[in-house]
Amino acid sequence: MTSLVLADHDNASLKASTLSAVTAAQQMGGDIHILVAGQGCGAVAQAAAKIPGVAKVLVADAAQYANALAEPLAALIVSLAGPYSHLVASATSAGKNVMPRVAALLDVAQISDISAVVSADTFVRPIYAGNALATVQSKDAKKVVTVRGSTFDKAKTDGGSAAIENVSPAADPGVSRFVSQALSKSERPELTSARIVVSGGRGMGSGENFKIIEALADKLGAGVGASRAAVDAGFVPNDYQVGQTGKIVAPELYIAVGISGAIQHLAGMKDSKVIVAINKDPEAPIFQVADYGLVGDLFQIVPELTKSL
Amino acid sequence: MKILVAIKRVVDFNVKVRVKADKTGVELSNVKMSMNPFDEIAVEEAVRLKEAGKATEIVIVSIGPQAAQETIRTALAMGGDRGILVQTDAEVQPLAVAKVLKAVVEKESPNLIVLGKQAIDDDSNQVGQMLAALLGWPQGTFASKVALEGEGVAVTREVDGGLETINLKLPAVVTTDLRLNEPRYASLPNIMKAKKKTIDTLAPDALGVDVAPRLTTLKVEEPAKRQGGVKVADVAALVDKLKNEAKVIG
Repeated sequence: MTSLVLADHDNASLKASTLSAVTAAQQMGGDIHILVAGQGCGAVAQAAAKIPGVAKVLVADAAQYANALAEPLAALIVSLAGPYSHLVASATSAGKNVMPRVAALLDVAQISDISAVVSADTFVRPIYAGNALATVQSKDAKKVVTVRGSTFDKAKTDGGSAAIENVSPAADPGVSRFVSQALSKSERPELTSARIVVSGGRGMGSGENFKIIEALADKLGAGVGASRAAVDAGFVPNDYQVGQTGKIVAPELYIAVGISGAIQHLAGMKDSKVIVAINKDPEAPIFQVADYGLVGDLFQIVPELTKSL
Repeated sequence: MKILVAIKRVVDFNVKVRVKADKTGVELSNVKMSMNPFDEIAVEEAVRLKEAGKATEIVIVSIGPQAAQETIRTALAMGGDRGILVQTDAEVQPLAVAKVLKAVVEKESPNLIVLGKQAIDDDSNQVGQMLAALLGWPQGTFASKVALEGEGVAVTREVDGGLETINLKLPAVVTTDLRLNEPRYASLPNIMKAKKKTIDTLAPDALGVDVAPRLTTLKVEEPAKRQGGVKVADVAALVDKLKNEAKVIG
């Protein structure tokens, strides 16, 4: 029994979500190999080889893998799938994009966004925005699994010395082409791996007003998130969204500012260790999950909080 | 150009679901059902492409019980031209849904398939990608912008770091994200007109597709309930709690 874990990376560095996927794969049992598919991704392969418990790193370095396009990447994974019992990826936008394609090409089901491993063929996954947890068993010969990063500890990043092996690229289906990307530039920690997250909602009123959220976040060394309402209103970009269909976070401290607490938002943050809610409406549902609630005007409270830290 | 839109009837997004006492699933009787919100966005996008003169026909497909006809009617009232219901009361998992849709696609030969990125009941986020794989078509998932350009379609995707634009050769599959558009409400005259539109009903067997589940649900449980905490009086009290009680800040 061996798992192949797909590395999530940007050709320069390995994303922390991969470390959670490795931990999940360890719980499934057997050996672990990591696939690094990219272009000029040698540093990523080196980093993957240092993860303790990883037996081998496969590297496919070719132009068609530069941007993780689903069609060539799925073809590659399928070409390598033969010996593996489990194909595992983190449930990030890259993993969610390619793994169902892999599963269908292999004619197996995918188990999406697992939050726990029960055994090699049985997993727990949240459904209905996390309002229910389903325990599901796969009858397929190969298990294709995506992993919710926030519920698995991150594997260590040093101590391992896996062999690195180059693999041949698979034929590129040639039906898709990368055009451009517009990535949010930020010096702040990434939302899904930040120790503290400060999020703003509709109550912020404007994108300009998010400055007070950012000031608080910078004081705390925190990542910045948002509710769907704030993203839909155009206050902040889509990649800030925390929730059922956005990012799932579980930091040590989550500060929700001007967020009412719709089910869909709670789905993305209710596993945080400590939740603080700041809202002018004392009846807002967010207070039902918050450890500490502060009712009042966020435009006074947030700057005051920043100052007092 | 013909567009096929696949939709799912799901528990309404406003309903707080309850897990059944026998742990076999969630309570679905007497619960409000609606079109999956991401699929509404898919219908809207198809209708806008037709209104812009880029599409000629919109076929709405759903897989589910007889009651899913109502959901198809809603999509027809929004601007779909005709519907197909692949009727079954059985649980149809994403891979089987993709296989059924593939069979429908082979009969209908659309140039573009648009569907929601995820159904808000099982939260799988699989069908669009699986359908694209089975057809050998390219996929543009989590779309926030779709632009038809000659023989291709440019899709701007919501990815973890921001936005990414890719170009796909047609025919292609697009799955919708929240910012693609804001779906319209059907007007009363359009709701009346939709009643006259055709909905064909098929059985999965007639399409030659085996929809037997691959995953067995052993149990469905309620997650641990989070206890609501306390309200604090002011910022000083909050900082004190965070430092000395929760110990999450230094």
